[in-house]
Amino acid sequence: MAETTSRTATRSIDTTNRSGSLGSDEQPASTQKITIAKALNLGLRTAMERDPKVLLLGEDIGKLGGVFRITDGLQKDFGEQRVMDTPLAESGIIGTAVGLAIRGYRPVCEIQFDGFIFPGFDQIVSQLAKLQFRTQGRVKMPVVIRVPFGGGIGAVEHHSESPESYFAHTAGLKVVACGNPVDAYWMIQQAIASDDPVLFFEPKRRYQDKAELDTSVQPIPLHSSRVLQEGSDVTVVCYGPMVRTCTDAARVAAEEGHRVELIDLRSLSPLDLNPVFESVRRTGRLVVVSEAPGQSSITSEIAAQVQQHCFYSLQAPVLRVTGFDTPYPPTKLEEEFLPDLERVLDAVERSLRW
Amino acid sequence: MSSPEYWTKPWPSSSAEKPPPPGSNQAAVAARPTAEQVIAGLRATSEGGPDLVQLLTPEGERVTHPHFDLDITPEELRSLYRDMVLVRRTDRECNALQRQGQLGIWVPLLGQEAAQIGAGRAMRPQDMAFPSYREHGVAWCRGIDPTDLLGIFRGTDHGTWDSQEKRFHPYTIVIGNQVLNAAGYAMGQRLDGKVGDGHQDDAEATIVFFGDGATSQGDVNEGFVWGAVYDAPVVFFCQNNQWAISEPMERQSRIPLYQRASGFGFPGIRVDGNDVLATLAVTRWALEECRSGNGPVLIEAFTYRMDAHTTSDDPTRYRLSDELEAWKLKDPIERVRVHLVRSQFADADFFAQVDAESDALAERLREFCINMPTPPADRIFSHVYSENSPVLDQQRDEFLDYLSKFEHAGGAL
Ligand SMILES: Cc1ncc(C[n+]2csc(CCOP(=O)(O)OP(=O)(O)O)c2C)c(N)n1
Repeated sequence: MAETTSRTATRSIDTTNRSGSLGSDEQPASTQKITIAKALNLGLRTAMERDPKVLLLGEDIGKLGGVFRITDGLQKDFGEQRVMDTPLAESGIIGTAVGLAIRGYRPVCEIQFDGFIFPGFDQIVSQLAKLQFRTQGRVKMPVVIRVPFGGGIGAVEHHSESPESYFAHTAGLKVVACGNPVDAYWMIQQAIASDDPVLFFEPKRRYQDKAELDTSVQPIPLHSSRVLQEGSDVTVVCYGPMVRTCTDAARVAAEEGHRVELIDLRSLSPLDLNPVFESVRRTGRLVVVSEAPGQSSITSEIAAQVQQHCFYSLQAPVLRVTGFDTPYPPTKLEEEFLPDLERVLDAVERSLRW
Repeated sequence: MSSPEYWTKPWPSSSAEKPPPPGSNQAAVAARPTAEQVIAGLRATSEGGPDLVQLLTPEGERVTHPHFDLDITPEELRSLYRDMVLVRRTDRECNALQRQGQLGIWVPLLGQEAAQIGAGRAMRPQDMAFPSYREHGVAWCRGIDPTDLLGIFRGTDHGTWDSQEKRFHPYTIVIGNQVLNAAGYAMGQRLDGKVGDGHQDDAEATIVFFGDGATSQGDVNEGFVWGAVYDAPVVFFCQNNQWAISEPMERQSRIPLYQRASGFGFPGIRVDGNDVLATLAVTRWALEECRSGNGPVLIEAFTYRMDAHTTSDDPTRYRLSDELEAWKLKDPIERVRVHLVRSQFADADFFAQVDAESDALAERLREFCINMPTPPADRIFSHVYSENSPVLDQQRDEFLDYLSKFEHAGGAL
């Protein structure tokens, strides 16, 4: 395809600062510019300091600090009992986290890469998701499963998948995805504080994205979506790694005279769709963006709900920009597979032309 | 020899680390080791224990073993040496290609040449192999040209060899998955009547490769169960290279891995994985056991990963350089070279010839790698199903149509 990376690079403006701002006008001197990776590390550290029952479990998370270094330095400071290098078994990691939670701990599991969550799938959907229901609330499952997800890093097979819809499909689980450092910092703490099991998806390709973090500004609730940019022509909804892609696309659309209203879902289950409905009622147009395959997915769910709730407001069909309904391709083709700025703009234009 | 009792004798208690009693304070276990413990750990890592099968010492001396011996001609020895040198050269060249940005990632096999060549050369053409992702040496033995591995690491494809024809399954990245697949394949061999009385020419066996870390996975343990209860002709070949990325062996098991086999009801053997002769002899025996109906067998090839886990890994964060130094003395290629020289089985010409061959191979690899074409975009949509999928065909057509707009606009496809 046309050299999308260079086009993106020339056209895009670093927008992470903006999405990182929580809407506060004050800029206290205590703010710091940090990456998503560092924000997660700091969020985990804060949660561990606050509650001695918080434990981290995962492969290589100790000395190595995890393959992405998200847990860097935590074992050194909290010891091997609270930052556990586990045997190499995802079902083991999640299944024992369930047991630890029954015993009153708050385990935070790290799954090394998205494609490796499946050996743990059974424990997630059969036990983690259902124990609270089965015990009529007597047993809580305050377990967080952190999953670096999505493509775009030039990795081999099973390292670039977007499995979030499998979990959003399962009742009893909560599923969230952060898209910037500020959310990373707060959402991980909120997820750990939650008494429900939370699948916490981290946009691995954006780990090094930076933004200003002001810890004195209080976060919004975990399960709420957020309007990142107001606009009256077309609504664009996205989450995780696509937040930045769509922020860039909205910027370029603005240069071309189209005012995009951009919404970051943040929570994939439960979905907070009221802001989306309100937005679509004003714009009459919706483009939903995700790099996961579109079939039977979060994007399908949003399309269905919007047509149900905003039928009379729609001036164009809901359009989706997603990964294809194929296995994730070899990396030389991932640029074709992944929705990019051009594909988002193309959908915005198609929606406007309808 | 295949009687399970022989293989299930307990690990000598003198060399066994006593596990902490139940309920003991784990903090004691988690504390930093003393210098003595570090040294003891180092020795335990580099010595294979009393059950280690060895036929060629690190000093290049031929030794005997009561249960395993090997009749081998000088020519065969030279050819094993050549295999290991060429495979190492492939590995080093690919490592360099990654450093130069030509490959996205590389998974080094440095140090594991003997384990892989020994196992690979023990196979018969009709046997089937299921690799993990580091088995470049086994691939070599299956007649797969090293250039066929490059697609995976350059990101143009998921491996281009014909896995059915070569009887070498695609690389498997999800740890442990292939062990169950191999057990199933071996069950099929049995169902097809390919497990014989030991004299049948077309008798078949399966061999599956995995690491020490993999032994923690459910799939691997389930593979052991299936293999055992269906008497499947499968050799479980564990390359214990001491590390699963940053996690040492102790993080996966309290007992030596080969001893686990007894709990599943089949023999487990620990072989010196840096000794190509011992690996060849033991694997040959194990495959033959399988072909003649006495499978499965677990082989633990006791070896060491000399390089990083992959080119993305930083081993200085977790392992001691002393350990590396100790293992350098056990280099699998050096000991064969010394043996060849000392026995006058090879002269300077031979070594020069192998070196020249390996230079040529490296050059061919490099040339091939740099010129590998990127597949066309419609590769994404091909072979997702064996049947035509109208939905996918439509997705492909729409996407190609979208891409063509850029072509018209003068963009490069
Ligand atoms: C199911 C799964 N979990 C995690 C990973 C990430 N990972 C890749 S290799 C590896 C370590 C494997 O160690 P080992 O089994 O000892 O094999 P080795 O690489 O040392 O040959 C890990 C954790 C993976 N590939 N698959």
